[in-house]
Amino acid sequence: MLVEANQSFVHFSDKQTLKVALVGNPNSGKSTLFNALTGLNQKTGNFPGVTVDKKSGFVKLKPLLTSPKGRNYSGVKASTAATISETPPLGGGWEGLAEFIDLPGTYSLYPKSLDERVAFEVLCNPGNSDHPDVTIVVADASNLKRNLFLVSQIIDLKVPVILALNMMDLVEKEGDIIDVVRLSERLGVKVVRVSARSREGIEELKQAILQPISVPQYNFIDVKKIAPELVGKIAGVVDVNSDFAAFQIISNFSEISYFDKEADKKRAIAGLLAASAVDVNKLQSQETVERYKVINRIVEECITRKSDVKTESFTNRLDGVLTHRIWGYVIFLAILFLIFQAIFFLAAYPMEWIESSFVFFSDWAVRMLPPGELSSLLVNGIIAGLSGVVVFVPQIALLFTFIAILEDTGYMARVSFIMDKLMRKFGLNGRSVIPLVSGIACAIPAIMSTRTMSSWKERVITIMVTPLMSCSARLPVYTLLIALVVPATKAFGFFNYQGLVLMSLYLIGFGAAMLAALVMQKILKSRERSYFIMELPVYRSPQWRTVGLTIYDKVKSFLLDAGKIILAISIILWFLSSHGPGDKLDQIEKKYQSAEMIGNYSEEERQAKVSSEQLESSYAGMLGKTIEPVIRPLGFDWKIGIALVTSFAAREVFVGTMATIYSTGDEENTLPLREKMRAEINPSTGMPQFTVAVGFSLMIFYAFAMQCMSTLAVVFRETKHWKWPVIQFLFMSVLAYLSSLLVYQVMK
Amino acid sequence: MNTNLSQLKLGQKAVIDSFTDNQMSLKLLEMGCTPGEIISLDRIAPMGDPIAITVSGYLLSLRKAEASTVLVSVLA
Repeated sequence: MLVEANQSFVHFSDKQTLKVALVGNPNSGKSTLFNALTGLNQKTGNFPGVTVDKKSGFVKLKPLLTSPKGRNYSGVKASTAATISETPPLGGGWEGLAEFIDLPGTYSLYPKSLDERVAFEVLCNPGNSDHPDVTIVVADASNLKRNLFLVSQIIDLKVPVILALNMMDLVEKEGDIIDVVRLSERLGVKVVRVSARSREGIEELKQAILQPISVPQYNFIDVKKIAPELVGKIAGVVDVNSDFAAFQIISNFSEISYFDKEADKKRAIAGLLAASAVDVNKLQSQETVERYKVINRIVEECITRKSDVKTESFTNRLDGVLTHRIWGYVIFLAILFLIFQAIFFLAAYPMEWIESSFVFFSDWAVRMLPPGELSSLLVNGIIAGLSGVVVFVPQIALLFTFIAILEDTGYMARVSFIMDKLMRKFGLNGRSVIPLVSGIACAIPAIMSTRTMSSWKERVITIMVTPLMSCSARLPVYTLLIALVVPATKAFGFFNYQGLVLMSLYLIGFGAAMLAALVMQKILKSRERSYFIMELPVYRSPQWRTVGLTIYDKVKSFLLDAGKIILAISIILWFLSSHGPGDKLDQIEKKYQSAEMIGNYSEEERQAKVSSEQLESSYAGMLGKTIEPVIRPLGFDWKIGIALVTSFAAREVFVGTMATIYSTGDEENTLPLREKMRAEINPSTGMPQFTVAVGFSLMIFYAFAMQCMSTLAVVFRETKHWKWPVIQFLFMSVLAYLSSLLVYQVMK
Repeated sequence: MNTNLSQLKLGQKAVIDSFTDNQMSLKLLEMGCTPGEIISLDRIAPMGDPIAITVSGYLLSLRKAEASTVLVSVLA
């Protein structure tokens, strides 16, 4: 067969920047290849109009005089490459910037899920702002048949295309042989062998972009046979450069948005479709079957299998254990245990360093700046706010190290596999397990990890209920309150009551999350069907490069996107708690500077009393007093009210605020605070303020209330709509209020 | 013997005949489950659902409800 027969060539010698899209099946190594091509030159943005993250990166491409490692660009030995080099003479000379765009992983060009819609719109609509000049299809050679399906669809779009054949090393290890030259001839596209993991063939791929690029000029399958009249008629209405593009418009008309601005075209197409009364599902299934018929022939021609009987694979043996009905769960729990030990204990050190460096920095700022507004804003507003953001970084980095490793090795798919049936009962998916469990450490990275879920409904439910899992920021609050109202005695001689209460709080959080999921499953409407049709990839060792890039990416997006919002709210909270109406706050300061006060109290005591009284008279204090009638049925007074207002920033602020209100002055040591809280007398009853009922009511409130602006910021970022954080805040607040009310009224 | 995919026993091989759910079939077809393809039931999740089959050389997991829309002929 002549190579020239099924392709023409296009050479981008006159272009300054070239848009190069990477597309491929999930697990084909597409993202690894993208990382290898772009390194740290990546930025994350959005595809226009949709809520899918777009990763892209600019890379300078330069022609090499000799091909790297003495191989030609197809990666086959020079002697056998004669057929391929029948392509026109090397264009050479072109150099410029390539913008690589990482399209979401997809098995086909059918826009069924949000991710697939993005890939579809970018590739099929020449008017899309991300429509590429060159499309690189990444295919997993060890799974060639299924990967060729997407390749065949892209061939039929008749766009400039290069096939990057990944994971050839796996094929060779199995003893199979793929005739790359023959495959290239049959497909009519240049095939470049790459190993994204070991970063082989990357330079060859870059060089291939600089060369003339093949544009397939034949029909992989003839879609005109499937829908003879319609294809022609559509081509009359819309300007398409292939029959398949017209066919795609027919079979996906209800899903595509690119005619939204051209109402007349849309109406014309809708009219054509209505007149012909075709069953689009039938068209699609015919197309798929036809494609696989051709693919089966190609695979037969190009792959020589060593033998049909495979020895039991490593993956199969490992699955025997990891999805075992007992060991599967035991190992999963053990891994979780390990992760939490690491997150709680390993992260504690860097968190301490971060906090103490911020304390050092703010002390330094206090000394350097003249006392006043500016110093106060900087120290109590900005530095405190920044510290509240940065302190989460170690936990986020650690959790994502583990998640990236579990994801990268293929284990995560197995966790979903063994948990799916259980989670389904609650409107969730096997994929919800990891976010929920991660929520025990911190809801922020947990919510960020829901991106792997394909069903929008299941993902939203997971995001909405994850903050009900008791996170580590609740721990200081729980610890203080438990020590205050629960006796440190043992039940049956060995169960520590305090420990039991703490464990119950975690269980209550988990129970509430599952119940909330159940309720939301009934309320949320979605036209998406929930699927669990997914690949269980073969186990592979994790790649540290990918893991590192994942951590870098997650930490960066948290610091930049959530950080901005957290900082803004911190400054508002600073203003509310350091300013009050009129000059009341100044008068308090003056009052304590009188000779009598200086005589009665030490410098430290005076400072503490000033802070305490100033907080009481500030806007935050006024807010606390204003909400007192509302929170009194829960057993809370205005002092707790202030703490509720300030701990909207973050739950652990509760402890610091209480310390300020009770003017202990020392936020590090909570023992004096506990004693002061214990001694507090409720003026209306004459009894201690912190009764068992108040303590439990407060704990339940903190277990359920959405008092974490960082989480709300991340929910906004992930759902890209303000509606979801608002709903989340409201439902959790109502839940917290009603539960506390119930607890207090029953126990008092 | 004709049955549906969810009825297969562990380790059994079968040939895909047809589908009973139009929409579901699209999803399965693009994953390589085409009529005439030989599949084998290789794993069942601990709670009996989902299941995993080997199709065109890779492991595909699907729920039993999804599998019941695939009609198959059991081989030996």
